[in-house]
Amino acid sequence: MTRLYESSLGELASALQDRRVTALEAVDACLGRITATEPSLHALISIQGEEAKLRAKELDAQGPQPDQPLWGVPIILKDLLAVKGAPTTCGSKILENFVPVYDAHVVEKLKAAGAILIGKANMDEFAMGSSTENSAFHTTANPWDLKRAPGGSSGGSAASVAAGQCFAALGTDTGGSIRLPASYCGVFGLKPSYGRVSRYGLVAYGSSLDQIGPLTRTVEDAARVLQAIAGHDPRDSTSVNAEVPDYLAALSERRDLKGITIGLPEEYWSEGNSPEVSKACQWAVDNARELGATLKPVSLKLTEYAVAAYYIIAMAEASSNLARFDGVRYGFRDKEASELIDMYTSSRTKGFGDEVQRRIIIGTYVLSAGYYDAYYRKAAKVRRLIRQDFDRVLGECDVLAGPVCPVTAFPLGEKVSDPLTMYLMDEFTVSLNLAGLPGASLPVGLGRDSSMPVGLQLIGRSFDESLLLSVAGVLERNLPRLPAPRGLA
Amino acid sequence: MKITKDETAKVAKLARLELSEEKLELFTAQLGDILAYMDKLGELDTSQTEPLYTPVSHTTVVREDEPARTVAREQILSGAPEDDGQFFIVPKIVG
Repeated sequence: MTRLYESSLGELASALQDRRVTALEAVDACLGRITATEPSLHALISIQGEEAKLRAKELDAQGPQPDQPLWGVPIILKDLLAVKGAPTTCGSKILENFVPVYDAHVVEKLKAAGAILIGKANMDEFAMGSSTENSAFHTTANPWDLKRAPGGSSGGSAASVAAGQCFAALGTDTGGSIRLPASYCGVFGLKPSYGRVSRYGLVAYGSSLDQIGPLTRTVEDAARVLQAIAGHDPRDSTSVNAEVPDYLAALSERRDLKGITIGLPEEYWSEGNSPEVSKACQWAVDNARELGATLKPVSLKLTEYAVAAYYIIAMAEASSNLARFDGVRYGFRDKEASELIDMYTSSRTKGFGDEVQRRIIIGTYVLSAGYYDAYYRKAAKVRRLIRQDFDRVLGECDVLAGPVCPVTAFPLGEKVSDPLTMYLMDEFTVSLNLAGLPGASLPVGLGRDSSMPVGLQLIGRSFDESLLLSVAGVLERNLPRLPAPRGLA
Repeated sequence: MKITKDETAKVAKLARLELSEEKLELFTAQLGDILAYMDKLGELDTSQTEPLYTPVSHTTVVREDEPARTVAREQILSGAPEDDGQFFIVPKIVG
């Protein structure tokens, strides 16, 4: 028998609406699972257990609301999304005691849809990292093998969903931070198009790159969450005022892949990928062909320049965004400092971890007089070329497919002391953020050598999450489902 | 691009960060490697290309400037390391 915490969000939502399960039972199932798994997983930074039970009781007293599609569904948020009255740390000492006075746009939307917040997920400090080892609080383990990294920076969100601690989590993706941990933890992760979801109330890292999206156990669950959080918000000037389609309808309408052209960028199917990743991804696209898709080899020639362009832009934007942490209005202040400038410097030096400091320094460098044109402006030009490359290829194909990452989850501690090696893990994910395109990671099997999950990356046209989700949905229905993560009891 | 310890220290100071001698050594080496990798962009001819700073085209939208009481002063001050109920308090500015 399937235990409640193992069911999908969709199954739970119907059971809640039909009163087969109460909101309190759903919350208790998650809190029980958190108690059982957190001592070994460390996926969360804070747990809002009492508030969640209280909210569940209120909802149960009112009874199910058919117009609230996430009514009674327990969810977890990456700890850089502002929740009124709940700590929002960004995985950083500098915000350890920060409690926002307002809800992020996505939090308002999830609450309006009836969801219940039960906890906030661990992350690399300020979303800077690919393994969640840069959290100032603790390192999250991979539920498939506790000695391996969950990926990052939304590693807590991915591990939590995989472990059954919640029915969906929100993460953020600046250069792959939803897709990489989704891939490593064997869950579905979607980075929507830039502008699809408002970032109001998201602590910014790279503002021209950041996007919020769902991590879930099924494609359909992600469609449900995206439906709730997508749409225009005047409080984020980059939020696009475009119609939000019915994602579930798009998903249920597509039964096969007839008429769909899937582009396979040769640079993503590189000789340098680990054989187990290539094999699992190849098997998935072979399945897509059997389901009617046409596979088309394409080339994204600028792929090898994407990491360099991405990190210049991301670090430049980070150095600017993180200037606001000065010990004056919120966050940590070094009370020893007796003079204002010293207070800024020592609060920031003691409050930020090494990776954040490294990125702020490089960002400051590439924006400084004499280097701006050579680095920042040059990267922005390459960014346009990368966008043009995608526009050309997506003119010929409906979606693109390739690995999310050249390897499966690596052992904790293996790469954390070598920043450049860690940056190169993002080779296949950063281009989408530069171009603003939607991308997903779909679990397609376990690697034959590591027995760790492999994610297939699907890339869509800007603002066409419907097609992306529906293609992912067809593949998901036709591929064997992954077993429960074996690292947990 | 080679970067010296003095340059690293100067940029850190601009960013209001202070590096210990040990960290200055480490960061200088790492920054050198990272910037050398980024120099790879120089291989591309971008003389005819305009920079792309954001994927969306409408970043200068404005909304109606309508005053509203969204949060109270006490709420805003509640997160401050030091305040007097009216203002944020900081250490003295001139020594």
